[in-house]
Amino acid sequence: MKDWRYWLSAQQGTLTALVIFVLMFVIYTMNHPAGFSANVVQTAANKGVLLAFVAMAQTMVVITGGIDLSVGMILLLTNCLASWLVIGTPFETALGVIAVLAVGALCGAINGAIVIYGRLQPIVTTIATGAVYFGIALLLRPFPGGSVNEDLADAMTGRVFDMIPSSLIGLAVVVLVIWVPYSRSVYGRAAYAAGSSETAAYMSGMPIRRGKFLSYTLAGLIAAVGGLFLTFFTYTGDAALASGNAYTLFSIAAVVLGGVSLFGGKGSAIGAVFGALAFRTIGDLLFVFDFDPIWQPLFQGLILLVAVSIGAFALIRVRNRLEWFL
Amino acid sequence: MQDPEPLFRMEGISKRYGGVRALEQAELTLREGRIHALLGENGAGKSTLIKIMAGVVAPDQGNMLLDGRPVSFPSPAAASEAGVVCVFQELSLIPELSVADNIMIFNPPTRYGLIDRRAQRRVAEEALASAGAGDIHPLALVKDLPLSRRQMVEIAKALARKPRILILDEATSALTAADVTKVFQVLKRLRSEGLALLYISHRMNEIAELADDCTVFRNGSKVASYPAGSKSDEEVIEMMIGREYHSVYPPKPDAVKDVKPVLEARNLSWGDRLHDISFSLKPGEIVGLGGLDGQGQRELLLSLFGVLRDLRGSILIDGKPVRIDSPGAARSHDIGMALIPEDRKTEGLMLPMTVRENLSFAALDQLAPSGIIDGKKEQGLIDGMMTLLSIKAGNLDVAVGTLSGGNQQKVVIAKWLMRNPRIVLLNDPTRGIDVGTKQEIYQLLRRLAQQGAAILFYSTDYAELIGCCDKVLVLYDGAVKRELVGAEITEHALLASALNISEAPKPLQGRAL
Amino acid sequence: MSDTATVRMTDRMPAFIRRLDRAVLIAFACIILLLVLGSLYSSSFLSPEYLLQQLKVASFLGVIATGMMLVILLGQIDLSVPWVVSTGAMMACAAAAYGDIGVALAIPFGILCGVAIGILNGLGVAYLRIPSMIMTLATNAVAQGAMVVYTGGFSPQDSATLTMRYLATGALIPGLPNVVIIWALVGAGMVFVLTRTSFGRCVYGIGNRERAAYLSGINTRRIVMIAFAVSGGLSALGGILLAGYASKAAQSMGDAYLLPAIAAVVLGGTSIVGGRGSYLGTIAGVILITLLQSILSVMQMPEAGRQIIYGLVIISMLLLYGRNPASR
Repeated sequence: MKDWRYWLSAQQGTLTALVIFVLMFVIYTMNHPAGFSANVVQTAANKGVLLAFVAMAQTMVVITGGIDLSVGMILLLTNCLASWLVIGTPFETALGVIAVLAVGALCGAINGAIVIYGRLQPIVTTIATGAVYFGIALLLRPFPGGSVNEDLADAMTGRVFDMIPSSLIGLAVVVLVIWVPYSRSVYGRAAYAAGSSETAAYMSGMPIRRGKFLSYTLAGLIAAVGGLFLTFFTYTGDAALASGNAYTLFSIAAVVLGGVSLFGGKGSAIGAVFGALAFRTIGDLLFVFDFDPIWQPLFQGLILLVAVSIGAFALIRVRNRLEWFL
Repeated sequence: MQDPEPLFRMEGISKRYGGVRALEQAELTLREGRIHALLGENGAGKSTLIKIMAGVVAPDQGNMLLDGRPVSFPSPAAASEAGVVCVFQELSLIPELSVADNIMIFNPPTRYGLIDRRAQRRVAEEALASAGAGDIHPLALVKDLPLSRRQMVEIAKALARKPRILILDEATSALTAADVTKVFQVLKRLRSEGLALLYISHRMNEIAELADDCTVFRNGSKVASYPAGSKSDEEVIEMMIGREYHSVYPPKPDAVKDVKPVLEARNLSWGDRLHDISFSLKPGEIVGLGGLDGQGQRELLLSLFGVLRDLRGSILIDGKPVRIDSPGAARSHDIGMALIPEDRKTEGLMLPMTVRENLSFAALDQLAPSGIIDGKKEQGLIDGMMTLLSIKAGNLDVAVGTLSGGNQQKVVIAKWLMRNPRIVLLNDPTRGIDVGTKQEIYQLLRRLAQQGAAILFYSTDYAELIGCCDKVLVLYDGAVKRELVGAEITEHALLASALNISEAPKPLQGRAL
Repeated sequence: MSDTATVRMTDRMPAFIRRLDRAVLIAFACIILLLVLGSLYSSSFLSPEYLLQQLKVASFLGVIATGMMLVILLGQIDLSVPWVVSTGAMMACAAAAYGDIGVALAIPFGILCGVAIGILNGLGVAYLRIPSMIMTLATNAVAQGAMVVYTGGFSPQDSATLTMRYLATGALIPGLPNVVIIWALVGAGMVFVLTRTSFGRCVYGIGNRERAAYLSGINTRRIVMIAFAVSGGLSALGGILLAGYASKAAQSMGDAYLLPAIAAVVLGGTSIVGGRGSYLGTIAGVILITLLQSILSVMQMPEAGRQIIYGLVIISMLLLYGRNPASR
């Protein structure tokens, strides 16, 4: 009878992110000159989904207790790759899409292999692999350019039935096809368990390594989906360092806003998606309230700072000071 | 009495950790449909024995027979595959997962390769119900449950694996009285269903209530097995004590008189781990903390040293109330406290750093009043300590991790003696070190006391408490159960009060053993 | 167990080698290798002018990496370097616009801004116990936002003071650039702090085992906060020198220093989990990175190739000696 309560409490982070996003979005549309129209939603969706994909990717790694500072660079790399490959006949385009996704998954798998089997710290590893991925992206696109199958791009950035933005559908498909099975698989649960308490997971004989490896690989794959959509939006490939760094940073912000614990073991990619959408809406809100756009980075930074500090209040409950040092 | 073939038999089991003997030719026999209690004092080898049964550690020698066939368990998974499942004392649950996830963690039901949540929930509910914990919701997160409920989940998790032999190691220590009653009903039902249960508890009343057979361990070997109820409490204690003495203790001086206490604790309470503890500590006195392991001794030392928050009650130094809110405050000149912590490898030392760096670490404020380390003063103090404690290190600049355990422990003690502390707290300082070093530590403690230090000494080894202490506080469930002074400190008295036998009866207590 | 095994191995080596980390030796060996390879490419690689020029370029990174090393020794990391560098540079240049006093106080003011961000980092990491990489990423974003607001989104107009330019480009001692002297002073200070002061001992102690340091009565939180403040101050100083070198500050001038700073520290044998490392290693790491950059640019390797080689060098050197112990 009380099932829904437990469900509610387990989904607390996700639901909070959803509520924050809905509130912000309602305020935004109410103050938007065009109001709540299909156009406004489509624009907002297209702006938000990229960060949502990257945040989902980040979630996969954060759940295991790690961090992926290369996620923005995988986005750039796959974007640049897509600007070469996703073109031509439908068949060629399809092959291109598959190749781009495979490269993304490979990037993630490399991160995972180095962290898990090479036993290096996730943070240095992904900074270094991020440099490599960015370098490759720059090789592919020393200057912004390239092109993409415009029919596909328009379809993916347009609307279905003139109502629902197809980018949102893409997001939903990724959630359903990747996240839901993952989170219900034995490996997904091992990844969660490893992030929550690695010793207990080991004692219980869970497939920790494979679970983590799968998480890193899927993170790369999802980032590649983001890279594809970036190409669909811009029609070009662009290896812009600042943009890659910003996506990495914002993905962490989105993950935190979405109720995913940076210490691992807790949270959901769906929460991170709403965290990402909410984070993007902050910028839009500043816009409709006529804030000078130059304030936007500062606001985003401050919100990130506040978001990461919130988690720290659990410390107040720590009664044995030795627990600070676990 | 002689059934055809016991379900499980261990014989000739020996296990050594380094040079220390944990089990020597140990044996144990479990039969279907019976609850078997395992008794023994701290370090008698009980936990090693069940770790071997559950596949956590491998024995050096000996055989295990299940259904009369020899078996060996290379891993906990292998043991549970064979039907031997252990409910461990330290919780093995994953806090961020739900109760159902945790119960089914070993082999969740799957459909199309994915975890079938509905089926999982059903099985978990059954397991919870059969553990007498039907009130726990399978979707609740483990981290939201209080300790006693988590313990029930542990039991349900073990039951979900359909064991033939269930080992419960202090499984009731965290439970409320109502839960204990429920668990007992469950255990009795399991017994009637034909399981063999191995039950380890320090609560004699529980054993009286449950057990069919008892086995007493001492010094790593079986002393006796007997049907429950055939021995009195007194006889059981006699079997548990009488361990071998290896060490020689320095003579005790006459009791310290007419000295004002340097440290007084009044009504110290902390959460549900410490209850209303009051005592005083005089210069020149060695006061022991006794009792079974984990009855709040560690928390008491940490609370005095300023590590625990929200401590209620007061601490008086030289008769004046003080606020100690960090180890930094505890070691300050006015208080002059030192703590030799429990785990020298993680709490006492920085293993990769040099002997020199470790020795002077706690006294840096005195060696470097201006922030710059006075190398000469440091060398002088270190030389003094190396001689005083005769620390054997080839060179002061080798990593402290390369020293032997005994010498490491000496470094931990020396680093605090460099400050000339007035109050020395020791948390089981002789665990895992050789006999020679132990004796040196006993001599040192007595010498420090003679020089005017007040010493509070927790040891899991009763012989040490008897040999070293002027007074012993016996803790049980976070409260001082009994204070033994001078000649009252005997192994019998220590064990009896540690097991809480001589005290006023609790509801379940008083049944004849 | 594995600890004692490795220790026994090193015990057999002569004392002076034992004192050097294997990582430091490898780093210096790589420097020599790079110089030899470079001299095969062009004979000017071994000329004093070229080497001095490299030392000068290395000094900027050296100053920044010094602060990074202090933080990494604690087992933390400072990802706020990019915008602390820029903030220090921009604030120093900005102060210069306020008359003579402004010019005089430009450098201290710039450093102070860096220290302030560092203190913010330290508060979050030490007292709120936020993971340092998240905390410093957040302050990096805040610093960036604040600078964007300050400049209005355009590149900063103020230019560096004469003192800044002199420090970055002049030579008090003929033939020896001032920046090299500054790095030498900063480095000497760090060596002194790490080896001779109680603060330095505490840094290593906390990096090895914060729990044991705390139970020894050390105020570990204050030490961590000070270390972050120092790191912020040194990053800002690096930015000020860079601004002096280029005569003015630029928005993203710090971006190019985060990865090299971490790489230099880690390649110099400082453990990324803290507690182990020597400043000599960091010097080696800084020179190694600078030479690598220089050679790649002399070979006209495009930015892309440089990034890839950076990443690969870091990963492979870490796989050589920076791995975590195997679990069980």
